[in-house]
Amino acid sequence: MPDPSRTTAAAPGPRTQGPDGHPPLLEVRGVTKTFGSGRRRLTALDGVDLRLGRGETLGLVGESGCGKSTLARVLLGLERPDAGTVRYDGVDPFALRGKELLAWRRRVQMVFQDPFASLNARMSAAELIGEPWRTHRDVVPDARAREKRIRELLSLVGLRDSDAHRHPNEFSGGQRQRIGIARALALDPDVIVCDEPVSALDLSVQAQVLNVLSELRSRLGVAYVFISHDLSVVRYISDRVTVMYLGKVIEHGATEDVFEQPRHPYTAALMSAAPVLDTSRSGEDREIRLQGEIPSPFDIPSGCRFRTRCPRAEDRCAAEAPPAVVRDGAGGGDAHTALCHFPLEAGTAWA
Amino acid sequence: MTTTPAPPATEPALAVEGLCVDLSTVSGTVRAVDGVSFSVRRGRTLALLGESGCGKSMTALSVVGLLDPAAEVTAGAVRVRGQDTLRMSAAERRKLAGPVLSIVFQDALTALNPVQPVGRQIGEPFRIHRGLSRRQAEEKAIELMTRVGIPEPRQRAKSYPHQFSGGMRQRLLIAMAVALDPDVLIADEPTTALDVTVQAQIMRLLRDLQHERDMAVVLITHDLAVVAQRADDVVVMYAGTVVEQGPVHDVFTSPRHPYTRGLLDSVPEDAERGRPLPAVPGSPPELSAVPPGCVFQARCPMVRERCVRERPSLRGTGDGRSAACHFSEELDRA
Amino acid sequence: MTTAETSAAPAEDTAPARNRPPRWWLLLGRDRAAAVAAVVLTSVVLVALFGRLFIGDRAQRQDLDASLRPPSLGDGVYGLLGTDVLGRSVLARLIDAAATTLSVAVPAVLCSLLIGSAVGLWAGYHGGRRESVAMRVADVILSFPSLLIAVVVLYVLSPSALNIVLILAVARIPVYLRTSRAEAAELRSRLFVDAARTFGTPGRHIIHRHILPIALPTLLTVATLDFCFVMLTESSLSFLGIGIQPPDVSWGLMVAQGRQYLQTAWWITVLPGLAIVLTTVSATVLAAWARIATDPAQRWRLTLPRKRRGASAAVPPEMTP
Repeated sequence: MPDPSRTTAAAPGPRTQGPDGHPPLLEVRGVTKTFGSGRRRLTALDGVDLRLGRGETLGLVGESGCGKSTLARVLLGLERPDAGTVRYDGVDPFALRGKELLAWRRRVQMVFQDPFASLNARMSAAELIGEPWRTHRDVVPDARAREKRIRELLSLVGLRDSDAHRHPNEFSGGQRQRIGIARALALDPDVIVCDEPVSALDLSVQAQVLNVLSELRSRLGVAYVFISHDLSVVRYISDRVTVMYLGKVIEHGATEDVFEQPRHPYTAALMSAAPVLDTSRSGEDREIRLQGEIPSPFDIPSGCRFRTRCPRAEDRCAAEAPPAVVRDGAGGGDAHTALCHFPLEAGTAWA
Repeated sequence: MTTTPAPPATEPALAVEGLCVDLSTVSGTVRAVDGVSFSVRRGRTLALLGESGCGKSMTALSVVGLLDPAAEVTAGAVRVRGQDTLRMSAAERRKLAGPVLSIVFQDALTALNPVQPVGRQIGEPFRIHRGLSRRQAEEKAIELMTRVGIPEPRQRAKSYPHQFSGGMRQRLLIAMAVALDPDVLIADEPTTALDVTVQAQIMRLLRDLQHERDMAVVLITHDLAVVAQRADDVVVMYAGTVVEQGPVHDVFTSPRHPYTRGLLDSVPEDAERGRPLPAVPGSPPELSAVPPGCVFQARCPMVRERCVRERPSLRGTGDGRSAACHFSEELDRA
Repeated sequence: MTTAETSAAPAEDTAPARNRPPRWWLLLGRDRAAAVAAVVLTSVVLVALFGRLFIGDRAQRQDLDASLRPPSLGDGVYGLLGTDVLGRSVLARLIDAAATTLSVAVPAVLCSLLIGSAVGLWAGYHGGRRESVAMRVADVILSFPSLLIAVVVLYVLSPSALNIVLILAVARIPVYLRTSRAEAAELRSRLFVDAARTFGTPGRHIIHRHILPIALPTLLTVATLDFCFVMLTESSLSFLGIGIQPPDVSWGLMVAQGRQYLQTAWWITVLPGLAIVLTTVSATVLAAWARIATDPAQRWRLTLPRKRRGASAAVPPEMTP
């Protein structure tokens, strides 16, 4: 079910090729996914484009129902898109079978939000971390190598050797998340999709896990797709940011560009709604108040999907799907794109 | 009690003094809340800030008398309108619930009865405490639903909780909590389960209601930014004890306890990308293994021999602030 | 029911010394009810296996002079539990029947447990058409009264022990199929199953590694309850004359045969009934114990001193806030 709006307006999308002409590590174009049928059709993703380079971190921001978790499942190959393409180094994982599929699986791993539900409580830390090897037997050939590698992985994520034989219920939330990260690293992936990896954790522990993630990035060169609703976390960890609303990418650009000068009213509202630590900046005066709540994904508004809550909405927003407005990134890097009829300009006051 | 008049604005609407709560666990009895004191006046917002397991929720539940049977208040007093609720009978306490003290829970879906129309649930406080008929109570409920911003309240009053979105359910819970104009409203993580944009709406609603009804609000949260934006005073808890308290602005600009400092530093908000966050190492102690000295010693960057030997008491440091640290002056200077 | 006993043991032996979970027999010792149940079951199994070696033909030897003697201490070992209308020793018949009963009930329950769970887990994990087909088959089997199928089939074929086992097994397959399908369908959407899928783990390994160990305790509990049902069905069939054929004897058949003497000679009926109940209850208790003992998150409960355990106030150590 391709979106008719795509014929009139190009979605905000990254360039097809990386700066050096090679296909990017991960490229997603026009991915659409719906669930159910007939009138009870839920549109989870609607023409989503993404690009991720080697060793990069892409932040994916959005509220509930924006499709970020479905997107994660598509990137992992757990969910097949209805339309659009997913390419890893130019290869479509959904066309792979057998050995090739298995080989691809090694390259993409996931860290889950819930460190309690994503670990089988009946397995010990060592069994959990070594679980991927039971399918990928060639990664670590023998028992001794396995043991050594488990010790390496444990220390990489800041756990002790003696933790190897404890069960998940003997660990704190932060420690469990470290096990989850170690398990994702067991197959030496190129990409790790992190679905809200720290949102279930306490603040002081959250900082520890974020540090583990950034250290792994610099040491191992893994790329992250970092999904979160917490803007301060995304800002800290991402090179580029993609903002989603009701299954569509509505803004995309380098982290500085998006955070310093958001162009889509939704992005601006999201940033103003997030409380900040500075007690002298009262939230009230800078806050952009949004009407109501996110519409149901069963019933997406016509034209611009944000118009029902947008303070700048006019008749045109209901009639036409908004065009992609592109601007060169301030840092000279990625283009900064937004899907809006009336994008915010630098220096303009909020309507 | 309903017969006692509401206190003047200078008196605290709620005063908790030296509260101790013991929890029976398989490994024996542990102290989950250890000597917590704070007070809050009408029109003010006090935040109880801490990470999971620090005892903040248990403190709130003991104030409203909803503690789990495994937990028991062993010492302290909870004063509202000059009386200690901990010394009251269950029936006397019930009379307080609603007109004097009320609570908003985090999870609005489980806090509402799934098989009763919301109008009837919101009207229930009026039927219990004011003896209104079902119809009158329902009228009151519709008024309240209008006030908390539920569109088409008359039709929606007949709907069931699952037919509302998360934000709307939280509004319903708030409507129920403020129904009888309580002196003190306790909000236990009221926005944790909500989206950021909806969270802002709910916090605004709470603030407006607070001003309109001149309530004291006790906000229980783990979110530093929410505290920074919405509270006047803050009580920072760690491992069942209060480690620091004072006006939010002062505490957040110059913390006097290394734990508060560590928490503030862990927020990635202004952190430079790629630079490691100054995380607090380790995790909070098990309640069964809280050390005899300072509760924070195992994770503290400035721990000394005295911290292991002697537990610092919460002492005033001037300007309405206090901290439980032997060396809080050093933090001030740093 | 030896399955419940052995299932308590696995997985424990791989752990290293430092954090080795308590040995299963120590855990069993801590739970007195489970320990008693284990002793009862073990003795029933031993009696079933070796009892016939000791009683000779006592179970069939008639003595019309000694008809309907009540249990007494004065008539030697074989008179301990009284005699039936033909003067046969009830004790000897109970021992003889133990072997017959278990040789019908255990294979029947095991067959239906194995087939039903395997199909159910497979159907539940994969969902879709496989699930619908499996469930329709189960519905069809369930919609026939199992006794009726048994009667028809056993009339057509000959009423041998093997046929009874087969009939009972087929009739009970849907019970396990439905239970395991429901468990698998729920577990399939758990995050750790998703996690396993991201490693490329094949479906059969996910079922074996993640779904079966969690569903197994429930299935074993169902099986122990079903054990009782199967014994009673077998006795109904025997009562109708198409079950166990005399001179063989089963507990169910003894209950059926003694029914008309219930008012004058209660021991003929009540004692085999008691044997059925004791065996079933022991199996159930042991299954409940095994359920806790195999769960690493629950096992600590069994290491507690007895009086604390049931108390609702107890909070697991990792849950203390």
